[in-house]
Amino acid sequence: MSAEAKPVIELANVHRIYETGSIRVHALRGVSLHVGRGEFVAIMGASGSGKSTLMNLLGCLDHPTRGTYHLDGIDVSGLSRDQRADVRNRKIGFVFQSFNLLSRATALENVELPLIYAGIPAAERRRRGRQALAAVGLASKENSHPNQLSGGQQQRVAIARALVNHPSLLLADEPTGNLDSRASVEIMELFQLLNRNPDNTVVLVTHEPDIAQFARRVVVMKDGRIILDQPVRQRRDARVELASSLYENPLEVTLS
Amino acid sequence: MTLDLIRIALRALARNKVRSALTMLGIIIGVASVIAMVSLGQGAQRQVQSQIASMGSNLLVVMAGSQKSGGFRGGLGTNTTLTPEDVEAVLREAPAVAAATPTVSTAVPLVFGNQNWTTRAEGANAAYLSIRDRAIADGEFFTAADVRAAARVVVIGQTVANQLFAGLSPVGRTIRVRNLPFRVVGVLVAKGQSQFGQDQDDIVIMPYTTVMKKLLAITYIPSASFSAVSGAATNEAQKEIAAILRQRHNLRPGQDDDFTVRNLTDVAEAAEQSSKVMTMLLAGIAAVSLLVGGIGIMNIMLVSVTERTREIGIRMAVGARSRHVQYQFLIESVVLGLTGGVLGILTGVGASFALSHFFEWPQLISTAAVFGSAIFSMAIGVFFGYYPARKAAALDPIEALRFE
Repeated sequence: MSAEAKPVIELANVHRIYETGSIRVHALRGVSLHVGRGEFVAIMGASGSGKSTLMNLLGCLDHPTRGTYHLDGIDVSGLSRDQRADVRNRKIGFVFQSFNLLSRATALENVELPLIYAGIPAAERRRRGRQALAAVGLASKENSHPNQLSGGQQQRVAIARALVNHPSLLLADEPTGNLDSRASVEIMELFQLLNRNPDNTVVLVTHEPDIAQFARRVVVMKDGRIILDQPVRQRRDARVELASSLYENPLEVTLS
Repeated sequence: MTLDLIRIALRALARNKVRSALTMLGIIIGVASVIAMVSLGQGAQRQVQSQIASMGSNLLVVMAGSQKSGGFRGGLGTNTTLTPEDVEAVLREAPAVAAATPTVSTAVPLVFGNQNWTTRAEGANAAYLSIRDRAIADGEFFTAADVRAAARVVVIGQTVANQLFAGLSPVGRTIRVRNLPFRVVGVLVAKGQSQFGQDQDDIVIMPYTTVMKKLLAITYIPSASFSAVSGAATNEAQKEIAAILRQRHNLRPGQDDDFTVRNLTDVAEAAEQSSKVMTMLLAGIAAVSLLVGGIGIMNIMLVSVTERTREIGIRMAVGARSRHVQYQFLIESVVLGLTGGVLGILTGVGASFALSHFFEWPQLISTAAVFGSAIFSMAIGVFFGYYPARKAAALDPIEALRFE
């Protein structure tokens, strides 16, 4: 079976029900979704629509109550905690809204973090960590701590950390939520750049329609169901927009 | 990976230096006090042992029984059935007995020149020195010939020498004992107080025959001292002595002994037992402080887990298994325990040196206590770190990532 033939994500009639005491929340009500290799999908929806639940499921942080989830052709719906940890380690790269970097560690140490749990030797970790930092344009910041970096730079470190294990799926949860508009577009430029490599599949969760427009396909959730799944019309190109000086930021220009 | 986890744990501890140091302090105090207390107790024990050993090596004492006359019973040693011949027979017939001497003592006034002093005169034979673990400082001990002749010779203790002679050399001089002239032939090496507070140098020793014939005019002896061939043989010697004396005194089976054999090993064991109990008591109290130190570790680890919930979430999101997180926190608490333990050992050893110096006791660092507390402090780290580490490992990554 060739890699192209297998979808990266294959959700079949997935339900997720939370039960806390007497309260029963039906967060996902039969979601089916296929995402092929190299796709760039934006998942949209208001809060309470189930997109966070979907995100947690796709990221193997959670498991479906009913239905199946195949990641890279492997059924991950029934995996144990530790098996899910291994899947997250090898197949998924997370990018969070609040960056979620270890504040006491340097940029390079943050990027190396997944490799520690993959059991990679230190020298190899350093090499691959530097490579990933270079790929996001932060080769010179490897010894900086997160508080010495701008929001956009911190998010780049987080993206480098997500990429360092060459995951099948890059999962970004509101990655521009804490960034100003120029830094947001810069981060989207990075995602679009990464997505040019047909092995890099990107799933982006956002509630901002203009951010979703950087993706190729948009999936809209409401009340635990997918109500719309279509290609993005009038796709935005971050590189073009940045070059057009639409987001000119003299300070950042001088800095870079 | 294990090395990485250790490195992560060490860095986390180094980040909160004051907190780590304070947490360790509990363990340091606990371990140090265990070691100091055990070594204090053992020093005391050794002290008691050496005091008992100084009373005589493998000593057994036979006291004549009490005399009964018309329902009235006298004290021990008043019975007249024990004789010097009994002592000779025991020495001859009992294989576990190495030396024997009859002993008979009485209070005597001593006069030398214009000085006088009243002390206890102990009658014995030439085996006295070895049985009672005494030695001669000056002159010599009286001989078997002196004993046979009931010679008026005397060996004096250091206290007596000081009281009567005040700086003069006593050997060769004549003193009056109950108005009889005695020649001083030797001076005993000073021995100091006995365990029971008796001045062991306030004594004069003379042939038992002299005491019996010249001072007391008796034909029996109130007591006798024996030394067993070895410490282990004292019980055996005790049985043999009893058997021989019963036979010589024509006691039928079922009839009470007319003597008592006292074995100093029993006394030594009792004293040792009491100091052992004391040691354990002290160590027990110290162990409580070690326990409190362990609870301190648990407390700080729980705080640390809560504080670092988000870090735990991040680690889990990028693929840390539960046990990686658990080990990370467990290593932290073990490092706290072990470092505290090592520092505590150093402090404890230092404290025991100081204590033994202060009490002038033999210095006894118990290796068992040192290794025991090292292992115990590590075990405390594991035990009290386990629950917080489990708590960290059981966190839900989704919740942990959301934690502010």
